[in-house]
Amino acid sequence: MFMVFRASLLLLLSQACFAVDSHQLLGNDANELSQQSQFNLTITPDGKGLPVGKGSAAQGAKLFYQKCSSCHGPGAIGASAEPLVGEVGSLNSTYPEKTVNSYWPYATSLFDYIRRAMPINAPFSLTPDQVYSLSAYILSQDGIIPIDIELNEESLPKIIMPNRDGFISFYPDKN
Amino acid sequence: MSEDSTQSRRQFLQKTALGGAFAGSFSLPILANADKLELPDNLPHWMRVPGADFSNYGQPSSHEQQIIRWISANPDALGNGVSWTPLHALQGTITPNGLHFERHHNGVPQIDPTQHILLIDGLVDRPLSFDVKSLMRYPMVSRTCFIECGGNSNSGWRSNPIQSQAGYAHGLVSNAEWTGIPLKLLLEEAGIKPSAKWVIAEGADAAALNISIPIEKLLDDALLALYQNGERLRPENGYPMRLVLPGWEGVLNVKWLRQLRLSEQPAMTRDETSQYTDLLADGKARQFSFINEAKSLITTPSLGMMLPDNPGIYQISGLAWSGRGKIARVEISTDGGDSWVDAELQGPILDKAFTRFNLAWKWQGEYAILQSRATDDSGYVQPTREALITNRGKHGFFHYNAIISWEITEEGDINHVYGF
Repeated sequence: MFMVFRASLLLLLSQACFAVDSHQLLGNDANELSQQSQFNLTITPDGKGLPVGKGSAAQGAKLFYQKCSSCHGPGAIGASAEPLVGEVGSLNSTYPEKTVNSYWPYATSLFDYIRRAMPINAPFSLTPDQVYSLSAYILSQDGIIPIDIELNEESLPKIIMPNRDGFISFYPDKN
Repeated sequence: MSEDSTQSRRQFLQKTALGGAFAGSFSLPILANADKLELPDNLPHWMRVPGADFSNYGQPSSHEQQIIRWISANPDALGNGVSWTPLHALQGTITPNGLHFERHHNGVPQIDPTQHILLIDGLVDRPLSFDVKSLMRYPMVSRTCFIECGGNSNSGWRSNPIQSQAGYAHGLVSNAEWTGIPLKLLLEEAGIKPSAKWVIAEGADAAALNISIPIEKLLDDALLALYQNGERLRPENGYPMRLVLPGWEGVLNVKWLRQLRLSEQPAMTRDETSQYTDLLADGKARQFSFINEAKSLITTPSLGMMLPDNPGIYQISGLAWSGRGKIARVEISTDGGDSWVDAELQGPILDKAFTRFNLAWKWQGEYAILQSRATDDSGYVQPTREALITNRGKHGFFHYNAIISWEITEEGDINHVYGF
């Protein structure tokens, strides 16, 4: 009887060494961090996340030749890197070309991508005004925006891209 | 042990051994008379000299140095491109860490783990940050699964079959045992708001790659992986931490993960709109086609090899995988798809992981076209190239999973073809 009692006591003691909770919660409060610009890089189609700034196609053209045309070609028609302009309306043809202007559904994605990844040898080196200018230059090449318009955080999300309705979502139906 | 003490210990052992030899020469007369070596001198050299020293981290044999990832990068931006796993030169199902395929958008960041954090914010009750040291204390699970780039096999869309070795045309897929923390634990610690439907993941590379993932997948089987095949992640595979989303295309398995922002809507980033979407013949494009559908590849015999004997028996062997579940069946055809025979599946057959298949084949010198066709446990059957193109047009570019054909000529040479 005593032995049985001792055995069950041992069992109880050994079980007590293991945690009831599966793990300790070790996340740090990050309210402030979450507000910092370094963690607010993504720009959504409604324009949320766009920095204050402005730029024109004329300014963008100059900048493009300085920083972009060595890879994207003169006039952004493509070289070692993808073409960015032209071919609007080509998607259902025999030779479709996916350029920013023919394929991308949102202008906000263009700003987001240039800001975070371009130029490829110096990401995050452009000012907001420079990114607005480059966006204006690219979009104006196919008449998506007038050549003399100033792009800023208000006007850029309002742009309707030619292929805005060109996508069929496979999620969740086909996944 | 210091060098000095190692040295003196070695000398001591040498002296002892000499002493032993002297002692032996007196007690064993047969050795005393021996004036030539007992064993033939055609023993291999490496049996007559001490081998190489120990190594802190092992490397493949110098005779296997041609087994490499094939790099295909932008000459103007060397960190932008891919490297292909040499699937044709590997066996089994686990891809060695140094040969796991790579896709980088702007190089491999050299991250100091003490300077790296993961932020979970957006539609959560409490935004939280986690450092690497803390994450190492969380419960972890291991999961063997493949990761396949959405652009794998994209040469298949070309009108002429590419003459590259199997892995160098279809090797943007690899299979590893990933160990890490179920994402669910970390998301629940932050407290998920009911309106959260998507998560914008961002990497800490020089492309700050960002992409939207349905929260449902992260709560299902996603891992925050810290280990790959038992060791910490390689830099080129996301060190110090990455997402692993079993069965979902590679770009979503964000490497060097720094942020997960919960949101109502996808962010429509570059890599979920202009890339990894499937342009159809009518000009519309499929978006959010996340799952890698069932696929298979004969890795041997394949292009670059040849069949030396006629008649001869050859082991047809290859890999099959599906992002929907387990491989249920792999069939082999040697006549370009007219007749099919079941291959043997090598166990264990794991969910969303490479499955090796094998079949012995007697070749008698006839012209042949070898094909493999995978079926997964959802009933999905790998399509012919013709069916894929009929369904999806000629310009899909991504998510190519059609049957792959190797032509065997009467001389035993092997070419890539699209069928008879």
